Amino acid sequence: MPKQSYVSNPSRFSAVSQRLLPGLCGAALVLAGSSLLSTAVAAEPVKLGMITTLSTKGGYLGEDMRDGFKLAVEQGKGSLGGIPVELLVDDDAGDPQKGKQIAERMIKSDKIDMMTGIMFSNVAMAVVPSVLKDGLFFVGANAAPAPFAGKMCNPNYFNVAYQNDNMHEAMGEYLTQQGYKSVFLIAPNYPAGKDALTGFKRFYKGEVKQEVYTKLDQSDYAALISQIRADKPDAVFYFLPGGLGVNFLKQYDQAGMKSEVKIFGPGFSFDRRLLGAVGAAAEGVMNSSEWNDDLPAAGNAEFVQAFHTAYGRYPTLYAAQAYDAANLIGSALKQVDGKLDDKDAVRKALMAADFSSVRGSFRFNTNHHPIQDIYVRQVIKLDDGSYANKTVSKVFEQHQDAYVSECKL
Amino acid sequence: MILFLEQLLNGLQFGVMLFLMASGLTLVFGIMNLVNLAHGSFYMIGAFVAAAIVASSGSFVLGLLGALLATAILGIAVEMLIFRVLYKRDHLEQILATFGIILFCNEAVQVIWGKTPLFFDIPAALSGSVELLPGLNYPLFRIGVIGVGIVVAIFLYLLINRTRLGMAIRAGSSDREMIAALGVNIKLLYSLVFGLGALLAALAGVMAGPILSVESGMGESILILTFVVIVIGGIGSIKGALAGAVLVGVVDTLGRAFMPELMRMALSGGAADSMGAALSSILIYLLMAVVLIFRPRGLFNASH
Repeated sequence: MPKQSYVSNPSRFSAVSQRLLPGLCGAALVLAGSSLLSTAVAAEPVKLGMITTLSTKGGYLGEDMRDGFKLAVEQGKGSLGGIPVELLVDDDAGDPQKGKQIAERMIKSDKIDMMTGIMFSNVAMAVVPSVLKDGLFFVGANAAPAPFAGKMCNPNYFNVAYQNDNMHEAMGEYLTQQGYKSVFLIAPNYPAGKDALTGFKRFYKGEVKQEVYTKLDQSDYAALISQIRADKPDAVFYFLPGGLGVNFLKQYDQAGMKSEVKIFGPGFSFDRRLLGAVGAAAEGVMNSSEWNDDLPAAGNAEFVQAFHTAYGRYPTLYAAQAYDAANLIGSALKQVDGKLDDKDAVRKALMAADFSSVRGSFRFNTNHHPIQDIYVRQVIKLDDGSYANKTVSKVFEQHQDAYVSECKL
Repeated sequence: MILFLEQLLNGLQFGVMLFLMASGLTLVFGIMNLVNLAHGSFYMIGAFVAAAIVASSGSFVLGLLGALLATAILGIAVEMLIFRVLYKRDHLEQILATFGIILFCNEAVQVIWGKTPLFFDIPAALSGSVELLPGLNYPLFRIGVIGVGIVVAIFLYLLINRTRLGMAIRAGSSDREMIAALGVNIKLLYSLVFGLGALLAALAGVMAGPILSVESGMGESILILTFVVIVIGGIGSIKGALAGAVLVGVVDTLGRAFMPELMRMALSGGAADSMGAALSSILIYLLMAVVLIFRPRGLFNASH
């Protein structure tokens, strides 16, 4: 019972500590010296954590996000903006709870310096606030739910992609411009579906014939299509992400409706990977996006080519956004010389957005969301029989989101 | 009226898909007393195999046959290797194990075919639509699906009621111990029934392929409705599966089509739309509850 005797005999305790003291001091000095040495010689790479969705139905989205980001890191030979980085990627399976666990692990045990990624808004809503509370910067590469652009905006949160409503707003504006007098609206019955149609209606001035919210697991849309045929609207606008949209568009085309009532949607349903699954059913459909592979922005064609060489497929919007996110982070790292301790400097550097976006002109608004152009594209058939998008016109010039006035930054 | 007829056809066609799924599931459940959540995986695998074969050979018939054969063999293999261990376990363990199979299959198709949905188009001979009545154009492929459903229903009726195998199946679903005692090779019977169930699920998958997105996890959305169907129809009964499937298909479709309009008579615009959407999605569960109140063992109960 030596422990007890120390407590009962303070003099002996102090004697021991006196003997130990010099040794401890020496050890501390050595340790301090070695850590000084290591920072001076080879800088530890900046650790970037990416949470994205790699499994489940949405897995291909996250795959493109990861690969777009990785491409930028590989082009810099393991560095961004000349600063060595280490990228940690993990799969949230589209589950907010899982996303939160990964974030906690990345922050507490992997000790990441900055976080990026996140495909889905529900995951972002769960993960981002706790990341920010831990004092890290978060650079969003896709999901951009309204609260983060408005009331819950945060000095350390940036989103390089868009604000969720933007593409739907662009389609609403385009249909108004083109003189479509009535429209039939379709979205899944969940928060992002309602936000999408709200965004559309913000800029659409014609009559909304019907606003239908489908079940999130609905796969057969025959009933809905019959309804559209009976309703005879001028146009249909639908937001059905991923496989839902594939189902709907195939069935719409099979019912012979594409020539009867023109159909429009946000670019999410028309990336090149989904076009491969939909095929001819998508040909000619107009959709909105802030990026396309044919945009003339400096570096865009090179990015598309490099992505294709590296992964054997053409990039989607998600890859382009992640590539931009990586280059934005790179530009900030360069400006602060890889030192992330001075938060104000990092924030200023991110805000400057001093990188060349594959979309062209890009800058951040006061709420740390992009001010950017949004385009309308049309699905065309290429000579090799595959399908791609052709940029048709610019709907919004230097567009900003609807929530910026609610953000006090 | 035209719209109503069209929606009725839509409901019937959806019911047929559910019937193909439910008939296999109900046999397995009724005869082997096994809750097989992985039934949807056979549906998915059928669609993937068919899509892959069609993409490389260009022949829909080849894709159909290949998918049926591959899935039936897979079904029998899974029965022999995994399910035989599970027959004696309780339902909770069966649910856990078959849920594991779902996860495994969903990831496996992603590993084999990638994460993007596969392209699977309607065969040229069945594309386009026909005018059934003046003003009522209906896609040919969906008519084909209804036709296949009728053929399968007749085939199953003959198989179950007119053949020796059918007799064994019927006997098995009412008294398992007795049929084993009478010297029927119950192991072989189980494997065959399971293979048949897998094959029917694959058939549903192949027919869904051109209409739906061929993607990982596509089996789960239809699986839940399939369980509703067999609960309504009565576990173990093919007749019940047919009745339940058509009932669920029609009620679900008509509900989705007309509920928002009915609501609009009572409520104003936006509220009516969301109320209609909410009500139509719980309609089949209401139907199930009502059926269970009056017939706790479903419409047609096999074990009586």
